[in-house]
Amino acid sequence: MDIQVNGARAFAATGGRPFDPGLPVTVFVHGAAFDHTVWKLQARYFAWHGGSVLAVDLPAHGLSEGPPAASIPEMADWLVALLDAAGVGEANLVGHSMGALVVLEAAARHRTRVRKLALLGAAPAIPVNDLLLDKSAEDDHHALELLTGWGYGRRAHYGVHKMPGIWMTGGGLRTLERAAPGVLHTDLVATNGYEGGEAAAATVACPALVVIGARDLMTPAKRGHALAGMFADSTTVVIPGAGHIMLDEEPDRTLDALKDFLVDAG
Amino acid sequence: MADPLAFKRDTLSLHAGQKPDPTTGARAVPIYQTTSYVFDDTEQAASLFNLERAGHIYTRISNPTVAVLEERIAALEGGVGAVCTASGQAALHLAVATLMDAGGHIVSSASIYGGSHNLFTHTLPRFGIETTFVHPRDTEGFRKAVRPETRLVFGETLGNPGLEIMDMPAVAAIAHEAGIPLMIDSTFATPCLCRPIEHGCDIVMHSATKFLGGHGVAIGGVIVDAGTLDWEASVKFPTLTEPYLGYHGIDFAEEFGPAAFIARARAEGLRDFGACMSPTNAFHILQGVESLPVRMARHVENARRIVAFLDDHDAVSWVSYPELPSHPDHERAKTLLPQGSGAIFCFGVKGGREAGRAFIEAVELLSHLANVGDAKSLVIHPASTTHQQMDAAALEAAGVGEDMVRLSIGLEDPDDLIADLERGLRAAARAGAGR
Repeated sequence: MDIQVNGARAFAATGGRPFDPGLPVTVFVHGAAFDHTVWKLQARYFAWHGGSVLAVDLPAHGLSEGPPAASIPEMADWLVALLDAAGVGEANLVGHSMGALVVLEAAARHRTRVRKLALLGAAPAIPVNDLLLDKSAEDDHHALELLTGWGYGRRAHYGVHKMPGIWMTGGGLRTLERAAPGVLHTDLVATNGYEGGEAAAATVACPALVVIGARDLMTPAKRGHALAGMFADSTTVVIPGAGHIMLDEEPDRTLDALKDFLVDAG
Repeated sequence: MADPLAFKRDTLSLHAGQKPDPTTGARAVPIYQTTSYVFDDTEQAASLFNLERAGHIYTRISNPTVAVLEERIAALEGGVGAVCTASGQAALHLAVATLMDAGGHIVSSASIYGGSHNLFTHTLPRFGIETTFVHPRDTEGFRKAVRPETRLVFGETLGNPGLEIMDMPAVAAIAHEAGIPLMIDSTFATPCLCRPIEHGCDIVMHSATKFLGGHGVAIGGVIVDAGTLDWEASVKFPTLTEPYLGYHGIDFAEEFGPAAFIARARAEGLRDFGACMSPTNAFHILQGVESLPVRMARHVENARRIVAFLDDHDAVSWVSYPELPSHPDHERAKTLLPQGSGAIFCFGVKGGREAGRAFIEAVELLSHLANVGDAKSLVIHPASTTHQQMDAAALEAAGVGEDMVRLSIGLEDPDDLIADLERGLRAAARAGAGR
């Protein structure tokens, strides 16, 4: 659905059901240069099981208008402005990679708005490889190939997607190609420059889940464990064999981790 | 600069879409000869039916063996996903039915497989879908033929039977200006010789019966979704951008993004039309795909030998092969098919229809039958077989003459093939001299 946020049209997928702010709301935030479609399976589940869902497109991503936000705190404030515009008081926030930093910062800056926090492919800081930054600055397609090559775990390069017939890395690459010129670089600069993770984690009051891909090259497992240790109340789930994009590589295990934490744990 | 972690073509041919079976350790892809799959519990079953979780429900919609082949072809073509079908014709029908309703219109190259020509000319009009044919070299003709209701531009990498090579990037640009996809039947080229997605194509199809399977033992087809067209921006494809009541109002473009087309093709097309590939056929075709790169290299190498032999033969009036300087698309072949122009080509036998008949009946090693892309060399007379439903005007438009003989060069020793062809051409010469 379309929502006006700070004077611009923003889009959030609702998992195939009309959005109802009166139900328990779960908000999903994608990573750098991705969009809401990365959550296609997880978002749909929550929308059809007693909750309501907003799988957002950050400004200038997917179907949302731009310009892109230049920093993680700016994205975090935009996210809460979106909650305001959608009439949502408190929500579960789920973020992947850059999106994990966004929801982490949002949970620290707007503590009363977050019921539970789930971080996938996350670390206290996510320094970005220099070659990737350089190539993204030139809008060089090689940046997308690097992101796909490193983002998907080694096992995922063989494929075997849970959705029959879907070629995993091909889908990831094509999703990244949809981002407008400059968006990936803006996202990577924002991600690379974010230094507030540790302080934010210490500030967060709600329960936090950290989902770790055991073979994640971009946010290695030990960095995920370090982040989990910075929260007052955290749960860690490690998905064996998965890389950084575990929500696509292992959609069921990712969903189970989220379901156990957001729903079954009360 | 390639992604250092991505597997290359020859590796993908062997490994994409498969890991050793986790239960038995089987290295080869097992044949999951089952109709259906046990659910974990009622909640998981409901989630599968509602596309909240992915997995197999019923083999008409998906099957683990078939899924390996689908992923493998999608990987080789550089797409986001694929759906295998009962035949190449089923693949073409599935794509058309996913994209348009009655009232839709197709702009197609005139030089296409006879079966596809029949579908467009005689069968789809019964369902309210019309087709305008354009000569594959008439690039601007494609633009002129596009109407407001056009929903697909269609062609073949190597036209049938003249091996015309359309200007794929230019035709793709014309299609995209109109907000519609370019679909390419790349059966003759395979992903080893041309990857149409790299040249702007949005949907690739194959008759997997041919080179992909490669051994003439299994019928099958496949469509590959490039994931490149922005269906939302096009606003011409309500099947992909409007809620679909057949799946609780799902909006495929919104939920599946670049995989919208292939998701709808499976969720609706395989479910409701049911032209699925059998697991055993998928297994047979997978054996072919595993050796596809080495086979295609040998097919091309043999074809080049045979082309050179025929081009220099007194009993042959012409040879049409894009690598010959005499072929009108010789230069374009260098760009679009740098690894070779395939192993299917045509030539003319001096002496007309009688000489052609004598040639076909005299060859022994080459098999006279209606197929191409086999490991064994094949021969046919298109005007009396694959294109026989066409009238004279359509035959002329498709470039099919009465003297035309089509060869599909296999993997035999090329010297043996040349000896067999020499036998046929001697018979043709005798028949021609006796007229």
